[in-house]
Amino acid sequence: MTVLSTVRLQREPFDAAAEAAKLTRGRSDVGALVTFTGICRGDEAGEPIAALTLEHYPGMVEAEIERHVQEAKERWPLLGVTVIHRYGRMVPGEDIVVVVTTSSHRAAAFAAAEFLMDYLKTRAPFWKQVEKAGEKTWVEAKATDDAAAGRWNAGGRQAAE
Amino acid sequence: MKLRYFAWVRERVGKPEEDIEVPPGVTTVGELMAWLAARGEEYAHAFANPQVIRAAIDRTHVEPQTPIKGAGEIAFFPPMTGG
Repeated sequence: MTVLSTVRLQREPFDAAAEAAKLTRGRSDVGALVTFTGICRGDEAGEPIAALTLEHYPGMVEAEIERHVQEAKERWPLLGVTVIHRYGRMVPGEDIVVVVTTSSHRAAAFAAAEFLMDYLKTRAPFWKQVEKAGEKTWVEAKATDDAAAGRWNAGGRQAAE
Repeated sequence: MKLRYFAWVRERVGKPEEDIEVPPGVTTVGELMAWLAARGEEYAHAFANPQVIRAAIDRTHVEPQTPIKGAGEIAFFPPMTGG
């Protein structure tokens, strides 16, 4: 069984559909494919935004994502995992991140995709800054994101799996 | 030792990184934040609320009580907002 695994950090846009297709091409063991794409919204806290800029910690961010991809592969019977995260400036409508997971059955693919997104939100060293009304402000971390990530730890693990 | 700052911590300190000599009495990440806060107005502003600041030693997440001995690079940053 070949587990395809890709982690990329890039400034350029990506093609989420093409990335998903790469995980199923030429094989018949995949029974479930989950794709999550995070998109730059046109509003933040009820106000329109002009753009979003993602700052990151080069070197650490790749290592953190790789570590969580590895953990996902150990926890669920995955056939493929792809994580691509952009940095730099993006305008509303542009894709920011894509997570693709494949497995024989849907439960593993759904759970692993959610696990990876929850960790990207709270543990991968990225920081979002929004431009609105000519001002730049840092997006504050949300307690709901911490709670979502926390359910994959020891205490909440059983319920989530 | 090399210090790196990101997002609003970087903006408040006014630089992305610097090399510093840490006095021997400063042994943990938390103590380092307290020592930095006393270095000047910009540091006091950046580290005014140390409980919200996250840290990494050599690109691995650490806690305030983590010893800094042997660290090559220590980074300080706000809670992360990726995804």
